[in-house]
Amino acid sequence: MTLIYRKRLFVNRMNLVMSLLTMGFGMSFLLWILWVLFANGFSALSPTLFTQMTPPPGSAGGLANAIYGSVIIVLVATFISTPIGILAGIYLAEYGKDGLVANLTRFINDILLSAPSIVIGLFVYTVYVMQVGHFSGWAGSFALALIAIPVVVRTTENMLHLVPASLREAAVALGAPMWKVILMVTLKAVRGGVITGVLLAVARMSGETAPLLFTALNNQFWSGDMNAPMANLPVVIFQFAMSPFEDWKSLAWAAALLITLTVLLINIAARTLFRQAAAGR
Amino acid sequence: MNPDAVAARPETAAPVRPPMAPKMSIRNLDFFYGRFQGLKDINLDVAERQVTAFIGPSGCGKSTLLRTLNRMYSLYPGHRATGEITFDGENILADGVDINMLRAKVGMVFQKPTPFPMSIHDNIAFGVSLYESLSARQMDERVEWALTKAAMWNEAKDKLKQSGMALSGGQQQRLCIARAVAVKPEVLLLDEPTSALDPISTAKIEELITELKEDYTIAIVTHNMQQAARVSDFTAYMYLGELIEFGATDDLFLKPKRKETEDYITGRFG
Repeated sequence: MTLIYRKRLFVNRMNLVMSLLTMGFGMSFLLWILWVLFANGFSALSPTLFTQMTPPPGSAGGLANAIYGSVIIVLVATFISTPIGILAGIYLAEYGKDGLVANLTRFINDILLSAPSIVIGLFVYTVYVMQVGHFSGWAGSFALALIAIPVVVRTTENMLHLVPASLREAAVALGAPMWKVILMVTLKAVRGGVITGVLLAVARMSGETAPLLFTALNNQFWSGDMNAPMANLPVVIFQFAMSPFEDWKSLAWAAALLITLTVLLINIAARTLFRQAAAGR
Repeated sequence: MNPDAVAARPETAAPVRPPMAPKMSIRNLDFFYGRFQGLKDINLDVAERQVTAFIGPSGCGKSTLLRTLNRMYSLYPGHRATGEITFDGENILADGVDINMLRAKVGMVFQKPTPFPMSIHDNIAFGVSLYESLSARQMDERVEWALTKAAMWNEAKDKLKQSGMALSGGQQQRLCIARAVAVKPEVLLLDEPTSALDPISTAKIEELITELKEDYTIAIVTHNMQQAARVSDFTAYMYLGELIEFGATDDLFLKPKRKETEDYITGRFG
């Protein structure tokens, strides 16, 4: 019996070591990326990033117009995608359930969820930009919204499924119509999780480049007009990183660092919120 | 066991009144979960302002029967009931019945306490505001009245703004009872209301039921026979979806007519 026990102990330790090694392998790349980002981008961080515009090559400058543009485009896209996503999620979880329309919607949603973002960008280019005749911030928001909607739909539906049937039945037993039950009881019970879903969608949108290439393009100067090409961080990185100019390259690193820090903060906020919600706040 | 339980009922309980017009009449009720038949040809009357208990072993259909009385099963496609349940002169199983209105008149308390994710005050106000428009002060009065009816006012009066989920299990269940009572239904359905609670909370709720029956018709499902003997006026014994025996509680427990009933209440099985 001791032999079997020792063998089991050995296998146990072996598995533990292997899983730690593989985790270390994966994590090391993540840490390497963060290290490279910080090493290159930290030196370029300064208040001028927020006060000066993207410069022509050879002169100093900042990222103000790109930061502003990114914020506006992502914000507008969030306003478009959040209501649509939440309402669709509610339909799938509460009304459609296992019906034909609901199953079809889920299927299409899953396809959209993993659609290459460049395809979405090209779609908006063909359907909107070419019709209107020029690039614009609206087109950029439209493309990003198409990327965010499937994320919000998925997370909302999953969260609503977590609500126990007894809670729903208790509200229904009082004679409440379905929409009131959903709005005031079911959705409220999982609002932390739904907001987490929205935040994760925002984090995803913040870094997408391909769709913006075909829709918002970029703008050298300050652009507050959504109807015209709008500066944004991802395309600035695209443009500056592969150029031969040193100040452009350091600005690209700073932009990459900014985006990464933002996404990191959003993810931390989302997880903290979710933990609070799961603990039954 | 049974004579003791019956003798333990408070002396203040009124003697079983002669049968009056039933509040709800069930005739030839069959119930199906998809293709499985959960209830077979149930016929019984739920007497007005009396407590009717449904007892039986697990899976006998007592909760299913209770849930037909407020058409809770309508939430789930594939669940259907045939037959007739008459309430206020109307067959509530027919098409075209206003189910929400029915549920406002036939309230339900579940086995698991389910406070809504809102303050205690809003928990109670939620149901009331569905069908009545009360001023803020009237609403506060109603909340106080409901919590008093549920023997919870003293414990809750300083915590009205706090979340309903911050209460203990027994308090949450009494909150759910307050919530059900606040809308002033005509019938109260209680689905094993004390099975998830400690003995002290259970005793409090049983006292509550005896008080509530002055004003409401009550139907209670319980797997605890002693509770049924203590609290109810009429008892229905069910087994495998069929109604085996139905009668006044004293008669059913002391002089059961069917052998199956006798076997169950003497603990031979179940």
